[in-house]
Amino acid sequence: MSEPIVDVVVVGAGPAGSAAALELARAGRSVVLLERGPYPGAKNMYGGVIYGRVLDDVLPRWWEEVPVQRWVTRRSTMVLTPTQALTVDFRSQAWGEAPYNGMTVYRSDFDGWLAGHAVAAGARLVTSTVATGLLRDAAGRVVGVKTDRPDGDLRCRVVIACDGVNSFLAKEAGLLPRADAHHHTLGVKEVLALPREVIDDRFGLRGDEGLDIEMLGCTRGIPGGGFLYTNGDTVSVGAVLQLPGLAASKVRPEEIIADIKAHPAIAPYLRGATLKEYSAHLIPEGGYDAMPVLHHDGLLLAGDAAGMTLAAGIWLEGVNFALGSGLAAGRAAARAVASGDTTRAGLASYRRDLESSFVLRDHKRLRGAPGLVLSDRVQQRYPGLIADFVESVFGVTNPSPKPGFVRLLRRSMRQHGVKLRHLVADGIRGGRVFR
Amino acid sequence: MRYGDVSFEERMATVDFRVGERAHITVDSDVCRSCTTQDCVTACPANLFAPTADGGILFNYEQCFECGTCYMVCNAEGALTWTYPQAGDGVALRHG
Repeated sequence: MSEPIVDVVVVGAGPAGSAAALELARAGRSVVLLERGPYPGAKNMYGGVIYGRVLDDVLPRWWEEVPVQRWVTRRSTMVLTPTQALTVDFRSQAWGEAPYNGMTVYRSDFDGWLAGHAVAAGARLVTSTVATGLLRDAAGRVVGVKTDRPDGDLRCRVVIACDGVNSFLAKEAGLLPRADAHHHTLGVKEVLALPREVIDDRFGLRGDEGLDIEMLGCTRGIPGGGFLYTNGDTVSVGAVLQLPGLAASKVRPEEIIADIKAHPAIAPYLRGATLKEYSAHLIPEGGYDAMPVLHHDGLLLAGDAAGMTLAAGIWLEGVNFALGSGLAAGRAAARAVASGDTTRAGLASYRRDLESSFVLRDHKRLRGAPGLVLSDRVQQRYPGLIADFVESVFGVTNPSPKPGFVRLLRRSMRQHGVKLRHLVADGIRGGRVFR
Repeated sequence: MRYGDVSFEERMATVDFRVGERAHITVDSDVCRSCTTQDCVTACPANLFAPTADGGILFNYEQCFECGTCYMVCNAEGALTWTYPQAGDGVALRHG
Protein backbone atom coordinates (compact mmCIF):
# COMPACT_ATOMS: atom_id res chain seq x y z
CA MET A 1 0.00 0.00 0.00
CA SER A 2 1.41 3.37 -1.00
CA GLU A 3 1.78 6.13 1.54
CA PRO A 4 -0.59 9.09 1.76
CA ILE A 5 0.66 12.01 -0.29
CA VAL A 6 -1.37 14.50 1.71
CA ASP A 7 -2.93 14.58 5.19
CA VAL A 8 -6.46 15.41 4.13
CA VAL A 9 -8.44 15.62 0.89
CA VAL A 10 -11.49 17.87 1.08
CA VAL A 11 -13.98 17.22 -1.72
CA GLY A 12 -15.95 20.26 -2.80
CA ALA A 13 -14.91 23.92 -2.53
CA GLY A 14 -18.28 25.16 -1.32
CA PRO A 15 -18.65 26.83 2.09
CA ALA A 16 -18.23 23.56 4.02
CA GLY A 17 -15.19 22.41 2.07
CA SER A 18 -13.35 25.72 2.08
CA ALA A 19 -14.06 26.19 5.80
CA ALA A 20 -12.65 22.70 6.49
CA ALA A 21 -9.60 23.31 4.30
CA LEU A 22 -8.99 26.67 5.98
CA GLU A 23 -8.94 25.13 9.48
CA LEU A 24 -6.68 22.27 8.35
CA ALA A 25 -4.20 24.56 6.64
CA ARG A 26 -4.08 26.80 9.69
CA ALA A 27 -3.42 23.75 11.84
CA GLY A 28 -0.36 23.08 9.67
CA ARG A 29 -1.82 20.08 7.87
CA SER A 30 -1.33 19.43 4.17
CA VAL A 31 -4.70 19.61 2.46
CA VAL A 32 -5.95 19.31 -1.11
CA LEU A 33 -9.30 20.98 -1.84
CA LEU A 34 -10.96 19.38 -4.88
CA GLU A 35 -13.61 21.22 -6.88
CA ARG A 36 -15.40 19.65 -9.83
CA GLY A 37 -16.45 22.99 -11.30
CA PRO A 38 -14.10 25.28 -13.21
CA TYR A 39 -14.22 27.66 -10.20
CA PRO A 40 -15.68 27.47 -6.68
CA GLY A 41 -19.41 28.17 -6.71
CA ALA A 42 -19.91 27.15 -10.35
CA LYS A 43 -22.28 24.37 -9.28
CA ASN A 44 -23.87 26.18 -6.37
CA MET A 45 -27.00 28.22 -5.86
CA TYR A 46 -29.00 29.06 -2.76
CA GLY A 47 -32.25 30.64 -1.66
CA GLY A 48 -31.38 33.91 -0.19
CA VAL A 49 -29.43 34.76 2.90
CA ILE A 50 -26.06 33.88 4.39
CA TYR A 51 -25.78 34.42 8.13
CA GLY A 52 -22.11 35.12 8.64
CA ARG A 53 -21.56 35.33 12.40
CA VAL A 54 -20.12 31.79 12.41
CA LEU A 55 -17.08 33.38 10.71
CA ASP A 56 -16.40 35.85 13.56
CA ASP A 57 -13.73 33.70 15.23
CA VAL A 58 -12.20 32.46 11.98
CA LEU A 59 -11.94 35.61 9.88
CA PRO A 60 -12.17 38.63 12.18
CA ARG A 61 -13.94 41.57 10.53
CA TRP A 62 -14.95 39.33 7.62
CA TRP A 63 -17.65 41.82 6.73
CA GLU A 64 -15.07 44.34 5.57
CA GLU A 65 -13.95 42.08 2.73
CA VAL A 66 -16.75 39.59 2.01
CA PRO A 67 -18.16 40.01 -1.55
CA VAL A 68 -21.63 41.01 -0.37
CA GLN A 69 -24.50 42.11 -2.61
CA ARG A 70 -26.70 43.60 0.12
CA TRP A 71 -27.03 43.39 3.91
CA VAL A 72 -30.51 42.18 4.75
CA THR A 73 -32.21 44.86 6.86
CA ARG A 74 -35.77 43.96 5.86
CA ARG A 75 -37.19 40.52 6.38
CA SER A 76 -40.72 39.75 5.26
CA THR A 77 -42.95 36.72 5.45
CA MET A 78 -45.89 36.61 3.06
CA VAL A 79 -48.92 34.37 3.12
CA LEU A 80 -50.40 34.25 -0.36
CA THR A 81 -53.47 33.05 -2.19
CA PRO A 82 -53.84 33.76 -5.92
CA THR A 83 -55.56 37.09 -5.16
CA GLN A 84 -54.54 37.91 -1.56
CA ALA A 85 -51.36 38.64 0.38
CA LEU A 86 -50.73 39.05 4.09
CA THR A 87 -47.23 40.36 4.80
CA VAL A 88 -45.38 40.52 8.09
CA ASP A 89 -42.54 42.92 7.46
CA PHE A 90 -39.68 43.56 9.85
CA ARG A 91 -36.88 46.07 9.46
CA SER A 92 -33.88 46.73 11.67
CA GLN A 93 -31.21 49.30 10.94
CA ALA A 94 -28.93 47.36 13.31
CA TRP A 95 -28.76 44.62 10.68
CA GLY A 96 -27.15 47.13 8.32
CA GLU A 97 -24.16 47.66 10.59
CA ALA A 98 -21.27 45.52 11.81
CA PRO A 99 -21.31 42.72 12.83
CA TYR A 100 -24.39 42.42 10.56
CA ASN A 101 -27.02 39.69 10.55
CA GLY A 102 -27.59 38.33 7.05
CA MET A 103 -26.29 39.08 3.57
CA THR A 104 -27.17 38.28 0.00
CA VAL A 105 -24.35 37.19 -2.31
CA TYR A 106 -23.65 35.52 -5.61
CA ARG A 107 -22.30 32.11 -4.74
CA SER A 108 -19.53 32.22 -7.33
CA ASP A 109 -18.24 35.35 -5.53
CA PHE A 110 -18.74 34.13 -1.97
CA ASP A 111 -17.50 30.58 -2.47
CA GLY A 112 -14.49 31.87 -4.41
CA TRP A 113 -13.69 34.35 -1.64
CA LEU A 114 -13.72 31.69 1.06
CA ALA A 115 -11.72 29.24 -1.07
CA GLY A 116 -9.19 32.06 -1.52
CA HIS A 117 -8.76 32.24 2.25
CA ALA A 118 -8.17 28.49 2.39
CA VAL A 119 -5.53 28.82 -0.34
CA ALA A 120 -3.89 31.77 1.39
CA ALA A 121 -3.65 29.66 4.54
CA GLY A 122 -1.84 26.92 2.58
CA ALA A 123 -4.53 24.64 1.14
CA ARG A 124 -4.02 23.46 -2.43
CA LEU A 125 -7.15 24.12 -4.52
CA VAL A 126 -7.58 21.87 -7.56
CA THR A 127 -10.53 22.85 -9.76
CA SER A 128 -12.13 21.03 -12.73
CA THR A 129 -11.56 17.71 -11.00
CA VAL A 130 -14.26 15.24 -10.06
CA ALA A 131 -13.80 12.89 -7.11
CA THR A 132 -15.28 9.80 -8.73
CA GLY A 133 -15.04 7.42 -5.81
CA LEU A 134 -13.43 6.45 -2.52
CA LEU A 135 -10.18 4.56 -2.10
CA ARG A 136 -10.48 2.00 0.67
CA ASP A 137 -8.06 -0.45 2.27
CA ALA A 138 -8.73 -4.13 2.88
CA ALA A 139 -10.51 -3.29 6.15
CA GLY A 140 -12.87 -0.85 4.42
CA ARG A 141 -11.17 2.22 5.85
CA VAL A 142 -11.31 5.25 3.57
CA VAL A 143 -7.73 6.06 2.49
CA GLY A 144 -8.28 8.54 -0.32
CA VAL A 145 -10.31 9.40 -3.40
CA LYS A 146 -10.24 8.48 -7.06
CA THR A 147 -10.45 11.40 -9.47
CA ASP A 148 -11.06 11.76 -13.19
CA ARG A 149 -7.52 13.08 -13.72
CA PRO A 150 -4.88 10.78 -15.29
CA ASP A 151 -3.17 8.92 -12.42
CA GLY A 152 -5.75 10.67 -10.35
CA ASP A 153 -5.80 8.59 -7.15
CA LEU A 154 -5.17 10.79 -4.11
CA ARG A 155 -4.13 8.93 -0.99
CA CYS A 156 -4.61 10.66 2.34
CA ARG A 157 -5.32 10.06 6.02
CA VAL A 158 -8.78 11.63 6.11
CA VAL A 159 -11.31 12.48 3.39
CA ILE A 160 -13.82 15.22 4.18
CA ALA A 161 -16.79 14.86 1.83
CA CYS A 162 -18.31 18.30 1.23
CA ASP A 163 -19.55 17.21 -2.16
CA GLY A 164 -23.02 18.56 -1.77
CA VAL A 165 -26.58 17.37 -1.65
CA ASN A 166 -26.03 14.46 -4.06
CA SER A 167 -22.86 13.35 -2.21
CA PHE A 168 -21.88 10.28 -4.18
CA LEU A 169 -19.02 9.73 -1.75
CA ALA A 170 -21.41 9.47 1.20
CA LYS A 171 -23.66 7.18 -0.87
CA GLU A 172 -20.67 4.99 -1.78
CA ALA A 173 -19.70 4.77 1.88
CA GLY A 174 -23.25 3.63 2.66
CA LEU A 175 -23.98 6.71 4.77
CA LEU A 176 -26.66 8.22 2.51
CA PRO A 177 -29.48 6.40 0.69
CA ARG A 178 -29.14 6.22 -3.09
CA ALA A 179 -32.26 8.34 -3.56
CA ASP A 180 -34.52 9.93 -0.98
CA ALA A 181 -37.11 12.13 -2.69
CA HIS A 182 -39.21 12.70 0.43
CA HIS A 183 -36.42 14.51 2.21
CA HIS A 184 -35.39 16.71 -0.69
CA THR A 185 -36.80 19.82 -2.29
CA LEU A 186 -35.96 21.35 -5.63
CA GLY A 187 -35.00 25.00 -5.55
CA VAL A 188 -35.46 26.91 -8.81
CA LYS A 189 -34.52 30.53 -9.17
CA GLU A 190 -34.49 33.41 -11.62
CA VAL A 191 -32.03 36.25 -11.24
CA LEU A 192 -33.70 39.33 -12.72
CA ALA A 193 -31.86 42.50 -13.69
CA LEU A 194 -33.17 45.89 -12.57
CA PRO A 195 -31.30 49.17 -12.10
CA ARG A 196 -30.00 49.62 -8.58
CA GLU A 197 -32.02 52.82 -7.99
CA VAL A 198 -35.19 51.07 -9.10
CA ILE A 199 -34.58 48.26 -6.61
CA ASP A 200 -33.88 50.82 -3.87
CA ASP A 201 -37.10 52.71 -4.62
CA ARG A 202 -39.41 49.74 -5.07
CA PHE A 203 -38.24 47.90 -1.97
CA GLY A 204 -37.62 50.90 0.27
CA LEU A 205 -33.88 50.39 0.55
CA ARG A 206 -30.86 52.68 0.69
CA GLY A 207 -27.19 52.02 0.06
CA ASP A 208 -26.29 48.40 0.82
CA GLU A 209 -29.60 47.61 2.53
CA GLY A 210 -31.39 44.49 1.28
CA LEU A 211 -34.72 42.69 1.55
CA ASP A 212 -35.52 39.00 1.89
CA ILE A 213 -39.08 37.74 1.48
CA GLU A 214 -40.24 34.20 2.26
CA MET A 215 -43.64 33.16 0.88
CA LEU A 216 -46.15 30.50 1.81
CA GLY A 217 -49.13 29.48 -0.29
CA CYS A 218 -47.75 30.28 -3.74
CA THR A 219 -46.85 26.77 -4.90
CA ARG A 220 -50.23 25.41 -6.09
CA GLY A 221 -50.42 23.08 -3.12
CA ILE A 222 -47.02 21.51 -3.77
CA PRO A 223 -45.31 21.44 -0.35
CA GLY A 224 -42.76 24.23 -0.37
CA GLY A 225 -42.64 27.99 -0.64
CA GLY A 226 -41.39 30.96 -2.55
CA PHE A 227 -38.68 33.53 -2.01
CA LEU A 228 -37.52 36.87 -3.29
CA TYR A 229 -34.38 38.71 -2.28
CA THR A 230 -32.47 41.71 -3.50
CA ASN A 231 -28.92 41.86 -4.83
CA GLY A 232 -27.09 45.00 -5.96
CA ASP A 233 -28.67 45.34 -9.38
CA THR A 234 -30.68 42.13 -9.58
CA VAL A 235 -33.59 40.57 -7.75
CA SER A 236 -33.63 36.80 -7.21
CA VAL A 237 -37.04 35.12 -7.27
CA GLY A 238 -37.66 31.44 -6.85
CA ALA A 239 -39.50 28.52 -5.36
CA VAL A 240 -38.65 25.52 -3.22
CA LEU A 241 -40.70 22.43 -4.09
CA GLN A 242 -40.80 19.09 -2.32
CA LEU A 243 -39.93 16.41 -4.86
CA PRO A 244 -42.79 13.90 -4.45
CA GLY A 245 -45.33 16.75 -4.48
CA LEU A 246 -43.73 18.33 -7.52
CA ALA A 247 -43.65 15.01 -9.37
CA ALA A 248 -47.26 14.20 -8.55
CA SER A 249 -48.50 17.66 -9.55
CA LYS A 250 -47.19 17.38 -13.12
CA VAL A 251 -46.54 21.11 -12.92
CA ARG A 252 -43.22 22.28 -14.32
CA PRO A 253 -40.99 24.08 -11.78
CA GLU A 254 -40.63 27.27 -13.80
CA GLU A 255 -44.43 27.59 -13.91
CA ILE A 256 -44.38 28.13 -10.14
CA ILE A 257 -41.82 30.92 -10.52
CA ALA A 258 -44.04 32.42 -13.23
CA ASP A 259 -47.00 32.28 -10.80
CA ILE A 260 -45.01 34.10 -8.14
CA LYS A 261 -43.77 36.75 -10.55
CA ALA A 262 -47.31 37.33 -11.79
CA HIS A 263 -48.87 37.57 -8.31
CA PRO A 264 -50.49 40.99 -7.80
CA ALA A 265 -48.40 41.54 -4.66
CA ILE A 266 -45.11 40.69 -6.44
CA ALA A 267 -45.53 41.72 -10.08
CA PRO A 268 -45.22 45.50 -9.46
CA TYR A 269 -41.81 44.91 -7.83
CA LEU A 270 -40.50 43.20 -10.96
CA ARG A 271 -41.95 45.32 -13.76
CA GLY A 272 -39.45 45.66 -16.60
CA ALA A 273 -36.98 43.19 -15.09
CA THR A 274 -35.08 40.96 -17.50
CA LEU A 275 -33.90 37.41 -16.90
CA LYS A 276 -30.17 37.24 -16.26
CA GLU A 277 -29.77 33.64 -15.09
CA TYR A 278 -32.01 30.68 -14.36
CA SER A 279 -30.77 27.97 -12.02
CA ALA A 280 -31.83 24.88 -10.11
CA HIS A 281 -30.45 22.84 -7.20
CA LEU A 282 -31.63 20.22 -4.74
CA ILE A 283 -31.90 21.01 -1.03
CA PRO A 284 -31.69 18.39 1.75
CA GLU A 285 -34.66 19.39 3.90
CA GLY A 286 -35.15 16.31 6.06
CA GLY A 287 -33.58 17.94 9.10
CA TYR A 288 -32.05 16.18 12.08
CA ASP A 289 -33.92 12.91 11.71
CA ALA A 290 -32.83 12.44 8.07
CA MET A 291 -29.14 13.23 8.68
CA PRO A 292 -26.62 10.52 7.86
CA VAL A 293 -23.98 9.15 10.19
CA LEU A 294 -21.43 11.97 10.05
CA HIS A 295 -18.16 10.07 10.45
CA HIS A 296 -16.66 6.82 9.38
CA ASP A 297 -13.14 5.34 9.36
CA GLY A 298 -11.12 7.98 7.51
CA LEU A 299 -14.20 9.93 6.37
CA LEU A 300 -16.18 12.96 7.57
CA LEU A 301 -19.30 14.50 6.02
CA ALA A 302 -20.11 18.22 6.18
CA GLY A 303 -22.51 20.73 4.63
CA ASP A 304 -25.28 19.55 2.31
CA ALA A 305 -23.57 16.15 2.03
CA ALA A 306 -24.46 15.79 5.71
CA GLY A 307 -28.01 17.10 5.16
CA MET A 308 -27.31 20.26 7.15
CA THR A 309 -29.89 22.60 5.62
CA LEU A 310 -32.34 23.92 8.21
CA ALA A 311 -35.81 24.30 6.69
CA ALA A 312 -37.84 25.38 9.68
CA GLY A 313 -40.38 27.77 8.24
CA ILE A 314 -39.41 31.07 9.78
CA TRP A 315 -35.76 30.00 9.73
CA LEU A 316 -34.33 28.91 6.39
CA GLU A 317 -30.60 28.48 6.73
CA GLY A 318 -27.95 26.39 5.05
CA VAL A 319 -24.70 28.14 4.26
CA ASN A 320 -24.12 28.95 7.94
CA PHE A 321 -24.55 25.27 8.80
CA ALA A 322 -22.18 24.34 5.98
CA LEU A 323 -19.61 26.78 7.39
CA GLY A 324 -20.11 25.58 10.96
CA SER A 325 -19.88 21.89 10.09
CA GLY A 326 -16.95 22.46 7.72
CA LEU A 327 -14.95 24.32 10.36
CA ALA A 328 -15.65 21.56 12.88
CA ALA A 329 -14.73 18.84 10.38
CA GLY A 330 -11.45 20.57 9.61
CA ARG A 331 -10.57 20.84 13.29
CA ALA A 332 -11.55 17.23 13.99
CA ALA A 333 -9.49 15.95 11.05
CA ALA A 334 -6.51 18.04 12.15
CA ARG A 335 -6.71 16.59 15.67
CA ALA A 336 -7.07 13.04 14.35
CA VAL A 337 -4.10 13.36 12.00
CA ALA A 338 -1.98 14.88 14.80
CA SER A 339 -2.88 12.03 17.15
CA GLY A 340 -2.25 9.38 14.51
CA ASP A 341 -5.74 7.94 14.96
CA THR A 342 -7.98 8.66 11.97
CA THR A 343 -10.36 5.79 12.62
CA ARG A 344 -13.99 6.36 13.40
CA ALA A 345 -13.07 6.62 17.08
CA GLY A 346 -10.29 9.08 16.34
CA LEU A 347 -12.67 11.27 14.37
CA ALA A 348 -15.51 11.11 16.89
CA SER A 349 -14.70 14.56 18.26
CA TYR A 350 -16.42 15.92 15.14
CA ARG A 351 -19.83 14.73 16.27
CA ARG A 352 -19.22 15.93 19.83
CA ASP A 353 -18.17 19.37 18.56
CA LEU A 354 -21.28 19.69 16.43
CA GLU A 355 -23.52 18.58 19.27
CA SER A 356 -22.25 21.36 21.45
CA SER A 357 -22.49 24.00 18.72
CA PHE A 358 -25.46 25.57 16.94
CA VAL A 359 -25.05 23.11 14.07
CA LEU A 360 -26.65 20.11 15.72
CA ARG A 361 -28.30 21.95 18.61
CA ASP A 362 -30.50 24.00 16.26
CA HIS A 363 -31.22 20.98 14.10
CA LYS A 364 -32.05 18.78 17.07
CA ARG A 365 -34.28 21.36 18.68
CA LEU A 366 -36.15 21.96 15.42
CA ARG A 367 -36.25 18.34 14.28
CA GLY A 368 -40.05 18.42 13.97
CA ALA A 369 -40.16 21.63 11.94
CA PRO A 370 -39.69 20.32 8.38
CA GLY A 371 -42.57 17.88 8.83
CA LEU A 372 -44.87 20.55 10.24
CA VAL A 373 -43.95 23.23 7.71
CA LEU A 374 -44.51 20.87 4.77
CA SER A 375 -47.68 19.31 6.21
CA ASP A 376 -50.94 19.40 4.24
CA ARG A 377 -52.81 21.90 6.37
CA VAL A 378 -49.93 24.36 6.67
CA GLN A 379 -49.36 24.17 2.93
CA GLN A 380 -52.85 23.87 1.51
CA ARG A 381 -55.40 25.12 4.02
CA TYR A 382 -53.92 27.69 6.37
CA PRO A 383 -52.77 30.25 3.77
CA GLY A 384 -56.32 30.61 2.42
CA LEU A 385 -57.84 30.47 5.89
CA ILE A 386 -55.54 33.19 7.21
CA ALA A 387 -56.01 35.41 4.15
CA ASP A 388 -59.81 35.09 4.20
CA PHE A 389 -59.92 35.71 7.95
CA VAL A 390 -57.83 38.88 7.65
CA GLU A 391 -59.92 40.03 4.68
CA SER A 392 -63.08 39.57 6.72
CA VAL A 393 -61.56 41.46 9.67
CA PHE A 394 -60.48 44.46 7.57
CA GLY A 395 -63.48 44.39 5.23
CA VAL A 396 -66.25 46.84 6.15
CA THR A 397 -69.65 45.40 5.34
CA ASN A 398 -71.92 48.32 6.26
CA PRO A 399 -74.80 48.55 6.77
CA SER A 400 -74.23 45.21 8.55
CA PRO A 401 -72.53 45.75 11.92
CA LYS A 402 -69.13 44.19 12.52
CA PRO A 403 -69.26 40.51 13.43
CA GLY A 404 -67.01 39.30 16.25
CA PHE A 405 -63.58 37.82 15.61
CA VAL A 406 -64.64 34.38 16.72
CA ARG A 407 -67.50 34.31 14.24
CA LEU A 408 -65.18 35.44 11.43
CA LEU A 409 -62.58 32.86 12.33
CA ARG A 410 -65.20 30.11 12.47
CA ARG A 411 -66.46 31.16 9.06
CA SER A 412 -62.97 31.07 7.53
CA MET A 413 -62.27 27.72 9.14
CA ARG A 414 -65.48 26.31 7.73
CA GLN A 415 -64.70 27.66 4.26
CA HIS A 416 -61.33 25.91 4.28
CA GLY A 417 -62.41 22.66 5.90
CA VAL A 418 -60.41 23.22 9.09
CA LYS A 419 -61.90 22.02 12.35
CA LEU A 420 -61.15 23.39 15.79
CA ARG A 421 -59.44 20.13 16.71
CA HIS A 422 -57.09 20.60 13.73
CA LEU A 423 -56.14 24.10 14.93
CA VAL A 424 -55.62 22.85 18.46
CA ALA A 425 -53.57 19.85 17.31
CA ASP A 426 -51.37 21.95 15.02
CA GLY A 427 -51.08 24.64 17.68
CA ILE A 428 -49.80 22.08 20.19
CA ARG A 429 -47.51 20.55 17.56
CA GLY A 430 -46.19 23.99 16.65
CA GLY A 431 -45.70 24.83 20.31
CA ARG A 432 -43.61 21.69 20.76
CA VAL A 433 -41.62 22.12 17.55
CA PHE A 434 -40.74 25.76 18.16
CA ARG A 435 -40.58 25.69 21.96
CA MET B 1 -43.25 26.43 -24.30
CA ARG B 2 -43.67 29.92 -22.88
CA TYR B 3 -44.45 31.11 -19.37
CA GLY B 4 -44.51 34.79 -18.71
CA ASP B 5 -42.09 36.76 -20.77
CA VAL B 6 -39.40 34.31 -21.86
CA SER B 7 -39.50 31.12 -23.89
CA PHE B 8 -37.89 28.04 -22.40
CA GLU B 9 -35.09 28.27 -24.94
CA GLU B 10 -34.38 31.87 -23.92
CA ARG B 11 -34.50 30.84 -20.26
CA MET B 12 -31.89 28.13 -20.77
CA ALA B 13 -29.78 30.44 -22.94
CA THR B 14 -29.10 32.56 -19.81
CA VAL B 15 -27.11 29.70 -18.29
CA ASP B 16 -23.48 28.93 -19.12
CA PHE B 17 -22.98 25.25 -19.93
CA ARG B 18 -19.61 23.79 -20.88
CA VAL B 19 -20.72 20.80 -22.88
CA GLY B 20 -18.54 17.72 -22.54
CA GLU B 21 -18.20 14.94 -25.07
CA ARG B 22 -19.58 12.29 -22.74
CA ALA B 23 -23.24 12.13 -21.69
CA HIS B 24 -23.00 12.14 -17.87
CA ILE B 25 -26.55 10.84 -17.54
CA THR B 26 -27.93 8.03 -19.66
CA VAL B 27 -31.47 6.74 -19.88
CA ASP B 28 -32.48 3.18 -20.64
CA SER B 29 -35.59 3.87 -22.67
CA ASP B 30 -36.64 0.21 -22.52
CA VAL B 31 -37.07 0.57 -18.76
CA CYS B 32 -38.91 3.89 -19.20
CA ARG B 33 -41.49 2.33 -21.49
CA SER B 34 -42.85 0.36 -18.56
CA CYS B 35 -42.93 3.45 -16.28
CA THR B 36 -46.45 4.73 -15.75
CA THR B 37 -45.60 8.10 -14.19
CA GLN B 38 -42.52 9.36 -16.08
CA ASP B 39 -42.18 12.03 -13.40
CA CYS B 40 -38.81 13.12 -14.80
CA VAL B 41 -40.57 14.70 -17.78
CA THR B 42 -42.24 17.49 -15.81
CA ALA B 43 -39.99 17.66 -12.74
CA CYS B 44 -36.67 18.26 -14.53
CA PRO B 45 -36.08 22.03 -14.20
CA ALA B 46 -34.14 22.04 -17.48
CA ASN B 47 -36.86 20.11 -19.33
CA LEU B 48 -34.39 17.57 -20.70
CA PHE B 49 -36.58 14.46 -20.68
CA ALA B 50 -38.73 14.11 -23.78
CA PRO B 51 -41.34 11.37 -24.12
CA THR B 52 -41.02 9.53 -27.42
CA ALA B 53 -43.80 8.23 -29.64
CA ASP B 54 -43.08 4.63 -28.62
CA GLY B 55 -43.55 5.38 -24.91
CA GLY B 56 -39.87 5.75 -24.06
CA ILE B 57 -37.78 8.72 -22.95
CA LEU B 58 -35.20 10.70 -24.89
CA PHE B 59 -32.67 12.54 -22.75
CA ASN B 60 -30.49 15.49 -23.77
CA TYR B 61 -27.54 15.98 -21.43
CA GLU B 62 -26.19 19.26 -22.77
CA GLN B 63 -28.11 21.77 -20.65
CA CYS B 64 -28.23 19.88 -17.36
CA PHE B 65 -28.08 21.64 -13.98
CA GLU B 66 -26.71 18.41 -12.43
CA CYS B 67 -29.32 18.91 -9.71
CA GLY B 68 -30.33 15.27 -9.16
CA THR B 69 -34.10 15.74 -9.40
CA CYS B 70 -34.43 13.07 -12.11
CA TYR B 71 -32.80 10.22 -10.23
CA MET B 72 -34.54 11.21 -7.00
CA VAL B 73 -38.03 11.08 -8.53
CA CYS B 74 -37.29 8.11 -10.81
CA ASN B 75 -39.10 5.02 -9.60
CA ALA B 76 -37.88 2.65 -12.28
CA GLU B 77 -34.81 0.81 -11.04
CA GLY B 78 -32.01 0.93 -13.59
CA ALA B 79 -33.62 3.52 -15.89
CA LEU B 80 -31.05 6.21 -15.15
CA THR B 81 -27.30 6.14 -14.75
CA TRP B 82 -26.19 9.37 -13.17
CA THR B 83 -22.67 10.75 -12.82
CA TYR B 84 -21.18 14.21 -12.78
CA PRO B 85 -19.81 15.68 -15.99
CA GLN B 86 -16.06 15.32 -16.42
CA ALA B 87 -13.37 17.75 -15.36
CA GLY B 88 -14.88 21.22 -15.30
CA ASP B 89 -17.65 20.47 -17.79
CA GLY B 90 -21.33 21.10 -17.23
CA VAL B 91 -23.17 23.99 -15.67
CA ALA B 92 -21.18 27.05 -14.58
CA LEU B 93 -23.39 29.43 -12.58
CA ARG B 94 -22.44 33.08 -12.14
CA HIS B 95 -25.30 34.39 -10.03
CA GLY B 96 -26.32 31.28 -8.08
